[in-house]
Amino acid sequence: MAETAQVQSQEIWVEPISKVGQYSQWKLMRMRFARNKLAMIGSIGLLVLYIIVALAPFLAPTDYMRQNQDYVYGPPSKLTFRGPDGKLGLRLYTHPVVTQLNPQTYRWDFKPDTTKFEPVVLFAKGDPYTLFGIKSNIHLFGTRNSDVRIYLLGADSLGRDMLARILMGGRISMTVGLLGVALTIVFGTVFGTASGYYGGFIDDMMQRLVELIQAFPTVPLWAALSAALPNISEEFTALDRYFLITLILSLVNWTGLARQLRAKVMAYNRADFTMAALAAGASDARVIFVHMMPNAASHIIVVAALSIPGMILGETSLSFLGLGILPPLVSWGALLRDAQNLQTVMTAPWLMIPGIAVVIAVLLFSFLGDGLRDAVDPYSI
Amino acid sequence: MVSYILRRLGYMAILIVLVAVVGFIIIELPPGSYLEVELTRIRALGGDINQAMIDALKQQYGVDQPLHIRFWKWISGFVRGDFGLSFEYWTPVNQLIWLRLWYTIFTSLLTLVFQWVLAIFIGVYSATHRYSLLDYLITVLQFIGLSMPAFLLALLLMVIVHKTLGWHVSGFNSPEFQDLPWNWAKIVDFAKHVWLPIVVVGANGTAWLSRVMRANLLDVLNMQYVQTARSKGVRENVVIWKHAVRNAIHPLIMVLGASLPAIISGQLIVGVVLNLPTVGPLYFRALMNQDMYLAASILMFLTFALLIGNLLADILLAIVDPRIRLGEG
Repeated sequence: MAETAQVQSQEIWVEPISKVGQYSQWKLMRMRFARNKLAMIGSIGLLVLYIIVALAPFLAPTDYMRQNQDYVYGPPSKLTFRGPDGKLGLRLYTHPVVTQLNPQTYRWDFKPDTTKFEPVVLFAKGDPYTLFGIKSNIHLFGTRNSDVRIYLLGADSLGRDMLARILMGGRISMTVGLLGVALTIVFGTVFGTASGYYGGFIDDMMQRLVELIQAFPTVPLWAALSAALPNISEEFTALDRYFLITLILSLVNWTGLARQLRAKVMAYNRADFTMAALAAGASDARVIFVHMMPNAASHIIVVAALSIPGMILGETSLSFLGLGILPPLVSWGALLRDAQNLQTVMTAPWLMIPGIAVVIAVLLFSFLGDGLRDAVDPYSI
Repeated sequence: MVSYILRRLGYMAILIVLVAVVGFIIIELPPGSYLEVELTRIRALGGDINQAMIDALKQQYGVDQPLHIRFWKWISGFVRGDFGLSFEYWTPVNQLIWLRLWYTIFTSLLTLVFQWVLAIFIGVYSATHRYSLLDYLITVLQFIGLSMPAFLLALLLMVIVHKTLGWHVSGFNSPEFQDLPWNWAKIVDFAKHVWLPIVVVGANGTAWLSRVMRANLLDVLNMQYVQTARSKGVRENVVIWKHAVRNAIHPLIMVLGASLPAIISGQLIVGVVLNLPTVGPLYFRALMNQDMYLAASILMFLTFALLIGNLLADILLAIVDPRIRLGEG
């Protein structure tokens, strides 16, 4: 079905000749994308990840804000398939944990009481939450006894469940990239197209502005802008801060897209279809929106997708420094703030798991962006 | 060539002024100033700074006056080397940041060299030994290096080194060497500490650069002059290094300037995690405490370093590529 051609020492995939007339440009891109294994891993993985964080309160057995003074820096709960009769079965059990102060190290020891067994049930009743407007208190898994809680990934400095916090933090971290990139597309497209199309003074001014913004080192500029945000109060909630942080992240990012789009639009200015449209009496707006933008659309999507990892990493770094997302909202970077020094990490290494989540999310987005770029560019190998 | 450099220098001067203005405005955006924060804190504790001192400070640095007067007082001190007073540390800014800036720039330069050398070798190996086991391993490492935030890698390496080797890893010198003058032992100790921030910050850039190098070299190895060289009987080593790599490096030099901001940003954040005497921890503290002269001066110096770095990168490109020298520039 797929024919391959030999050119020099490489194989280039060529679309089936018999059907090439029937495929539109978008279908060709989709076919090339689907053929790229890493890109498919990236896109499917991201879909799964987004579904998981959307269902966050349902999937975690506890509320992410519930503190538990008896389980400060507690380790992940031990789950076992061995039932009260000592035989391996199909049911998962967990043990209630007894907290004791160790007189030698002055630290809390968490000993699971292996005489008592608490079965892990599906769709257990737990803390109430609201998901998509539906109030419920059913969680995916949990225990019947609310005194025995399952800490799948351990607990933090206030005894809060890390799994719940990572899932809720995932909501913020994964949407910052999307929102930020949407803003980047808006700013970058408007400025880049206007500057490339009109040229002259507008172009000059935009070029100077872009160079000024790009002269600053990124993280110090982000940090300075974030420090300017007002403190969390009645009028300025943590959610408002989240939106402004996204705005700040995209304020520096749009310059790259604007520059590339300007080059493209300048090339299109001299193209035949532009001259034909203008000669036919099309207005400037029509030429830009109906003729130039669709041609540049694939490029815009690729640049946008490739800048998402940078935004996620930027938000994580800012939150890690304490300049990004502040409580009560939580993001992966803010969670990593707890893991800042050697002592804490040595005693509670599970505090670094949000870092793994960041790496996975950025990896998947990188695969997606690379796949899009290869699918869109017909000459890449 | 000379006119190209002169034009760039002149342009840079204008940009520096603009950067100073914009930087100062951004730092001054939060309402209030450190003076008020400190006064509130002292009054809450029951003490008070001498009123005459407060008045004198207010006059010298124009804290009560409008923005452009404050900016002018700050700028006019540059000629004398006076960058303002840090309110939190109660010392002139230039005393605080001089050594730290040099440390920052030194480690950034080392990171740049490390990044480049490693990326070229990895890229060449990866391109010439395509589809080998090591190539796949390198690809995996590259992806991880691209997606891991620098501070996370710093934490991981800190834990691993501490557990396996038991070295002291934070700061630039072990406690016993802190106050000693520089001798050979101290330099060795410094090397034992500085490799961590270099590796951590360089990981990201190395991953990205080596992928670009690999792609470029693959393109170049398909060119006809490489075929000609091989058919002439030139040794494979010489073909790759003298003919192919030289041409493949050129796009890399073009992106040299773009990798500098990432290095500086990375060094700042890693400096906070590893508690290094670089500009990083100082800058973020100053931002949170609204220590405006300190923060604005650091931001300006970092931007200045970045601009110089970009200029040097462009000069390097002009030396390597005659089209830039002779063309529009």
